[in-house]
Amino acid sequence: MSDLPLIQADRAVPPPAATTSTGGRRRRLRLLSRTDRVVITLMVLVPLLIVTGFVWMPAAATVLLSGTNWDGIGPLNEIEFVGARNYSDVVNIYPPFVPAIQHNLLWLAALFVVATPFGMFLAVLLDKELRGSRFYQTALYLPVVLSLALIGFVWQLLYSRDQGLINAVFNSSIDWYGDSNVNIWAVMVASGWRHVGYIMLLYLAGLKGVDPSLREAASVDGASESRTFFRVVFPVLRPINIIVLVVTVIESLRAFDLVWVVNKGRNGLELISALVTQNVVGEASRIGFGSALATIMLVVSLVFITIYLATVMRENRE
Amino acid sequence: MSRPQSQAEYLARLVPPSVAGLNRRSLLAGAAGTGALLGTGLLAGCGDDSGSGGSSKEVSLGSNQSDPKPKDVLVKVTDGFKTSSGVQVAVNTVDHNTFQENINNYLQGKPDDVFTWFAGYRMRFFAQKGLAGDISDVWGKLTGYSDAFKKASTGDDGKQYFVPATYYPWAVFYRKSVWQQHGYQVPTTLDQFTTLAGQMKKDGLTPIAFADKDGWPAMGTFDILNLRINGYQFHIDLMAGKEAWTSDKVKKVFDTWAGLLPLHQPDSLGRTWQEAAQSLQQKKSGMYLLGLFVGQQFNNDEQDDLDFFTFPEIDPSIGAKALDAPIDGYMMARKPKNPDNARKLLEYFGGKAAADINLKNDPAVLVANSGADVGGYTALQKKAAELVGSATEIAQFLDRDTRPDFASTVIIPALQQFIKDPKDIDGLTSSIENQKKSIFTD
Repeated sequence: MSDLPLIQADRAVPPPAATTSTGGRRRRLRLLSRTDRVVITLMVLVPLLIVTGFVWMPAAATVLLSGTNWDGIGPLNEIEFVGARNYSDVVNIYPPFVPAIQHNLLWLAALFVVATPFGMFLAVLLDKELRGSRFYQTALYLPVVLSLALIGFVWQLLYSRDQGLINAVFNSSIDWYGDSNVNIWAVMVASGWRHVGYIMLLYLAGLKGVDPSLREAASVDGASESRTFFRVVFPVLRPINIIVLVVTVIESLRAFDLVWVVNKGRNGLELISALVTQNVVGEASRIGFGSALATIMLVVSLVFITIYLATVMRENRE
Repeated sequence: MSRPQSQAEYLARLVPPSVAGLNRRSLLAGAAGTGALLGTGLLAGCGDDSGSGGSSKEVSLGSNQSDPKPKDVLVKVTDGFKTSSGVQVAVNTVDHNTFQENINNYLQGKPDDVFTWFAGYRMRFFAQKGLAGDISDVWGKLTGYSDAFKKASTGDDGKQYFVPATYYPWAVFYRKSVWQQHGYQVPTTLDQFTTLAGQMKKDGLTPIAFADKDGWPAMGTFDILNLRINGYQFHIDLMAGKEAWTSDKVKKVFDTWAGLLPLHQPDSLGRTWQEAAQSLQQKKSGMYLLGLFVGQQFNNDEQDDLDFFTFPEIDPSIGAKALDAPIDGYMMARKPKNPDNARKLLEYFGGKAAADINLKNDPAVLVANSGADVGGYTALQKKAAELVGSATEIAQFLDRDTRPDFASTVIIPALQQFIKDPKDIDGLTSSIENQKKSIFTD
């Protein structure tokens, strides 16, 4: 239904374009002065160099280094290759690895199943133009402007075992950040607190853009509120849904800052990104071992990137 | 830093040390990856800036003393050097944690002529990699250092690479007033220690304050138990990767610790050392095994109420004469731009004048040079200096006595795992041993 106006627009454009296109293209070719060509070459070359130098080369270097036991000291030609030893070490004798994978997946699931739908729900409520909706909107969006690191400190005020607000109010002694059965959930609440606001805003923007006539048509047809939302509004929001999906995946992979602030990603808060940092950043770094972890993370991310690209490409083809 | 006096102070101390740059004994990392990258540029930049030619009237100093207090003290010391030698010191101060995280890149790039660092494996590691300058000739001119300090400044090749400046011992701290009130006596054996702790429990106190959120404080407990049960040499060999973690000797350390754990403050993995120290300060805990810097959590008028004893003897044949007392000091770059001035500066740092300035301005540390005028020490500092002076062996603390990568990526999670589940000692030690074999390959 949402595609309808777009397709019409597409059909409307080609005919006039077709009559001038041949002549236009020839004239444009002739008009392409030397400056133009230099500019175009630069416009292609510079981004290409940047992408190669800052994205592909480091990625390739990481994969290469994951086969070595380099400690970051000494010339590059002295690097010793140890084959797949780092990978077998990661899987076999590195205790934080399995929890880290589990936590990453748990994080994704929690954001996807709880925080994202909740954000959507709030957006729908706020879209109803309740009294004081501006206030709620601001309150809910506020955490989004804070960095995750700062959010870690803010929640520390609530979570501290001996001096935190929660334990003081309820007279309990729960070790929110220290008990490894509890802390992942405590941290996820903090992370979700921000994520909900983010999703809410994205959806609110999308909802504002929905053509009111669609809703009117639905209500004339006698559709209920929820039916209108799920059958009419939600499908129209397809582009927003994809953005939200991507944002959720990115956020769950980016969870790093929060756990790092809490306890450097140890004791129940292991995440792949934290393990990479623990191993690579430091005095006598295990660059090879850390690179192996980073490569595993790259592969995990690639799965999501592939899904996203496939979706976007299918979209374009349609 | 004393007890928070205002809400702002309270909030400020909730910022983790890694971010605030306040961590005294931080391990691997502090800031996020990007911060570290920025720091790399910063350090490299510092090296470039200071390279204003090999002027004979200048020397550069890379400093990790980023806290206001020590930074101020260092300025006073370098001023003293300027007055006495006429040589200008360009001090490049970098955030404490950033400095440590980037030490690899820093030393391989264009480091300052002289830089702040730590004794122990951390020093020997860079000496062995050829990233530090031999300063044996400077040591020929230094006086006032015991053999223990000289040993702590010597690399694997027998040459000196380090000038000690300050240090602080680890011991069991307590409040005199609390002990007087209950009539407690200083224990000298493990049995007396556990009996005392049991009595404290009955008296409504938490016997031993304990925190390990940041990962390193528990290393102090492991160190002292290992030193008392197996002795200094075994501890050092274990740290150097020469002994097996699966041996019965190590298992005995964990067994003993498991027996003591119920006497420790519960839920330690969510608590910072500051919070644990405050429970001692608030008279809720009876004792706390920590470095001398525990005094920072006490008000000025409470300093006299703070006392300590060295961790009691466990095995009479080993005794209780070894302890952790990490030493901070200075090293020289492998190729300083002004080698002569760098040596002069190091000689000054190791001399009596610098020690006197340190002593007068920083009450939280002890100075390494015995020639210093120790009349300015508080009673606590005097006692601490005596304790270290009478020690037969001085260890540097776990993360300074072993490979940093091993300490932070293997030992910290392992000790936290132990605290969480003290029963599975066999599984724990074999996991450590497997990882150790993989790390100690070269």
